[in-house]
Amino acid sequence: MSDGKSLTDHNALIGPFPFRRLPEPTPQRLLTEMDRLGIAAAWVGHLPSVFYRDAAAGNDELLAALEPHRKRLVPVPAVNPAYPGWEREVARAVAAGAPAVRSYPAHFGFDPAGPAMAALCAACAEAGLELVLTVRFEDGRQRHALDIAPDLIGAAVRATVRADSRVRLLVTAADRAFVEEVHFGSTPEEAARIRWDVSWIWGPPEDHLAHLFRTVGRERFVLGTHFPLRLPEAALTKLELTQ
Amino acid sequence: MTRPLIDVHAHFDHDRSGRSGWEAANVRRLEVGERAGITLHVASILGSWGHTSPTYFPSPEDVTYGNAAMRALQRAHPDRIRGYVAVNPNFTRHAVAEIERGLAEGMVGIKLGASRRASDPLLDPIAQLAAERGVPILQHAWQHRRREVPGQEISDALDLAALAARHPRAKFILAHIGGGGDWAHSLRALVGVPNVWVDLSGSGVDRGMLGLCVECVGVRRLLWGTDLTMDTGLAKLEHLGAMGCSEEDVERVRWQNAVEVFGAGVMSHE
Repeated sequence: MSDGKSLTDHNALIGPFPFRRLPEPTPQRLLTEMDRLGIAAAWVGHLPSVFYRDAAAGNDELLAALEPHRKRLVPVPAVNPAYPGWEREVARAVAAGAPAVRSYPAHFGFDPAGPAMAALCAACAEAGLELVLTVRFEDGRQRHALDIAPDLIGAAVRATVRADSRVRLLVTAADRAFVEEVHFGSTPEEAARIRWDVSWIWGPPEDHLAHLFRTVGRERFVLGTHFPLRLPEAALTKLELTQ
Repeated sequence: MTRPLIDVHAHFDHDRSGRSGWEAANVRRLEVGERAGITLHVASILGSWGHTSPTYFPSPEDVTYGNAAMRALQRAHPDRIRGYVAVNPNFTRHAVAEIERGLAEGMVGIKLGASRRASDPLLDPIAQLAAERGVPILQHAWQHRRREVPGQEISDALDLAALAARHPRAKFILAHIGGGGDWAHSLRALVGVPNVWVDLSGSGVDRGMLGLCVECVGVRRLLWGTDLTMDTGLAKLEHLGAMGCSEEDVERVRWQNAVEVFGAGVMSHE
């Protein structure tokens, strides 16, 4: 994470958010921010897909939007394993060269500890895709009255990593307590299959990230900005001050 | 010459907070501040931070001890630290006496947590004293209070605006616009409220927030700060330039507005 030439943002999104205006949530703006901050590449999801009933339609939009920028912007499509045709979306992600897929149990309305998630975990493992889970999009204290999907909880991540012994997870927007709960509530083998992005972990002087580097292991963390919801420089500033 | 950078919302710790690493935490803030170019930390200690009385409802004894510890830090680092007098307005006579004592010993502002809602008349003697002495009140706030919150009698910008309207000569700072909650609610509420400044501190780094700060309250009423996360404060400072604020405007946010609020004496070590 220290070499600017190889920096990859593992938690970027494009597209509007229904509960707050986001300035230019576009691939072009994302690239501008990446250039300004020295980020070489980004794993990019699609915010509207979180709220579409049919995530496949969102993937159409994501893949089309990123097509001109594929050298630096890598698509991470969304998969709703409780919706017909989801297996096709996994296959489409593989065909598009995606390293991962995203899923949102609370927003899609399926049990993160249930059979749909287990099936998705197996499919991701089979396809060699990492599964990206998102703890939150916004601070819980500022939600719109209609923004009622609960934050992901640690139990859901623990259940997911246990659902298939091969599945690899990337959990975004988790804070220190969440990381600790899941990491130390998992076997070492399970914990080794979970990566975390840094977007929601506090830097100095509380130094939650530095603490987690020591206790959980630096190798378990990746750069994630949570663009376009959060200022992308925040993740980099935190890393700089944590070095 | 070092460009000044004033953090108007910092905190320190002390030996009676029940936190084993309190000294290291204080040192860490100063170390990171040094690396980041913070030239002045304007800070408070909220009683015992919950150890012997609640953080937002501190006992008079804890208030006194915390303020004394804050003054000791100010004396130990006269070139880097200034203190707010933190008080609990429910103990009104104690609060007023504590403010008088703190200001007499060089503290530069008043910190109100969430002991009493900002619109409550119980705050009037404190606001009146602040106006008389020309020091600002930093008011802890929840950006849009939609319900009661455990452990706090929390205020939002509408509550603070009501207090500010009753005391037009007093200067108020709405705490941590990035501290959680609906920041747009606060900013819309502070349009046309000239004696309330907004501090940019807090862990929140929502895109769009800084733009709305500039739109609603203007660069002249923005103050830079960190609160519990210095990294997010620095990210917001960096972003001001990236979003097109002029160098002149960035300087205002970095320190010039703070000097207007606290008075030129706040930087008198230079």
